[in-house]
Amino acid sequence: MIDVKKIRKDFPILERQVNGYPLVYFDNAATSQTPVQVINTIVDYYKNYNANIHRGVHSLSQEATDAYEAARQKIQSHFNAAHPYEIIFTSGTTHSINIIASGYSELLKAGDELLVSALEHHSNIVPWQMLCERTGAILKVIPMDEQGVLILDELDKLLSDKTKLVFVNHVSNALGTVNPIAEIIEKTHAVGAEVLVDGAQASPHIKADVQSLNVDYYVTSAHKLCGPTGVGILFGKQAALEKLPPYQGGGEMIAEVTFENTTYAGLPHKFEAGTPNISGGIAFGAALDYMNSIGMENIAAYEEELLVHGTKELMKIPGLKIYGEAAHKTAVISFNVGAIHPYDIGSILDKMGIAVRTGHHCAQPIMDFYKIPGTVRASFSFYNTFEEIDLMVVALKKAITMLQ
Amino acid sequence: METIKAVQNDIIEEFSMFDDWMQRYEYMIELGKSLPLIASEFKSDDYIIKGCQSKVWVHADLQGTKLIFTADSDAIITKGIIAILIRAYSNQHPDEILNANNDFIDKIGLKEHLSPTRANGLVSMIKQMKMYALAFKTQLN
Repeated sequence: MIDVKKIRKDFPILERQVNGYPLVYFDNAATSQTPVQVINTIVDYYKNYNANIHRGVHSLSQEATDAYEAARQKIQSHFNAAHPYEIIFTSGTTHSINIIASGYSELLKAGDELLVSALEHHSNIVPWQMLCERTGAILKVIPMDEQGVLILDELDKLLSDKTKLVFVNHVSNALGTVNPIAEIIEKTHAVGAEVLVDGAQASPHIKADVQSLNVDYYVTSAHKLCGPTGVGILFGKQAALEKLPPYQGGGEMIAEVTFENTTYAGLPHKFEAGTPNISGGIAFGAALDYMNSIGMENIAAYEEELLVHGTKELMKIPGLKIYGEAAHKTAVISFNVGAIHPYDIGSILDKMGIAVRTGHHCAQPIMDFYKIPGTVRASFSFYNTFEEIDLMVVALKKAITMLQ
Repeated sequence: METIKAVQNDIIEEFSMFDDWMQRYEYMIELGKSLPLIASEFKSDDYIIKGCQSKVWVHADLQGTKLIFTADSDAIITKGIIAILIRAYSNQHPDEILNANNDFIDKIGLKEHLSPTRANGLVSMIKQMKMYALAFKTQLN
């Protein structure tokens, strides 16, 4: 079980007031808050061993390199990758996706097919549209039903020997739906294609085991799971990563350079040109340590209770409709009240110290599907409380009275 | 006709009567609800400003030497702020509009709605109003 009172003490930001009210932070799906353990890791790095990695003979550089590589191993172990070099540090999920999309432009020919799920974030749609423009490949969509659940029968119809890559999020950012990725991976492999899973929304709640999932690529961002912004990972199976060409040229990613010819470094350096976000990478490791010290199962169980409580209380409000009613979802509630615009609700909740996300959540196709301009999205984390949910419900009722 | 500055000062004075944010917002919501802001023919994609959060439609007409603005939004708070902006800028000479600034929005405690991070279309709407002023100014000269 989780001792939420004790956990909250690790997050200094939760002490603050916003617009004269105690902060209630329910925008965790956009970014999570940062515990002192992670903040201290960043401070410690800059105070004590700030140096460039992988190229100094001096002690500071060695210490920084050791810490950075230790973080890579923590990430490897967390996601159960077979090798540390299958973990590529990136600036985040979007960067990770773009590395694959860019590499795939050399692997595709006109008429090849890519499948995208109807539940994707723009970051997992736009790079592929750009790729299709460059290569003449065709983008097809795996549809979803009214509950926000992918229709796997339709996937069966779409998969063929033309399919080269399927990309799907593990969890939908707009609706919280947990997608059946194991099944999607198995079906996709059966036609000889690869699967990229966007794990940005899943990582804070679900520990993905990339080997047992047998996934080809799994990407996520540190800031979704108590780490800093500007750092993330691209996991790829060794064989998958080796067949992709390098993404950016520069220092660190080379084996040998002459003006006539350059040979590239092996994994992971092939994809890590330039000085990386060193403190960010180390802090990503510290964030995983922190989450694992609480226990991912404990986190998931507690967040499920928050989801059940929040859903129950919100459903009591007349005219409130929840979008995304999958049987299996994370602690995300996307909703609207009658014809009230989500911007209006979000603005008034903010005046009462409650941070929610409003709008289309960078997932316009989902909003178009439901024919709505957007939703209000409350997303919970393990440091949130039942009392905070009750505060939101009271504030929401006040907002509705003002707006109706 | 009052100058833009004078209208803005009137608005600041009106808002100073409110004790707290809730009264300010209730007033804005009233403004947003009460105003028929734009003719339906102009509520089309030709006149739309798409914010990430809310949509705004804006249209301008020259009557004599004065510019008349009409606008609308799908969100009521955005619409309330539009009503305030229109009250300040509509029925003014293009030169006046081009020289005006929006500090009064800060003074009435609604600054956050003009922040680009809100992506509600209002920042682009003000830009659009100035563009109209610039275009019609050329027409007048």
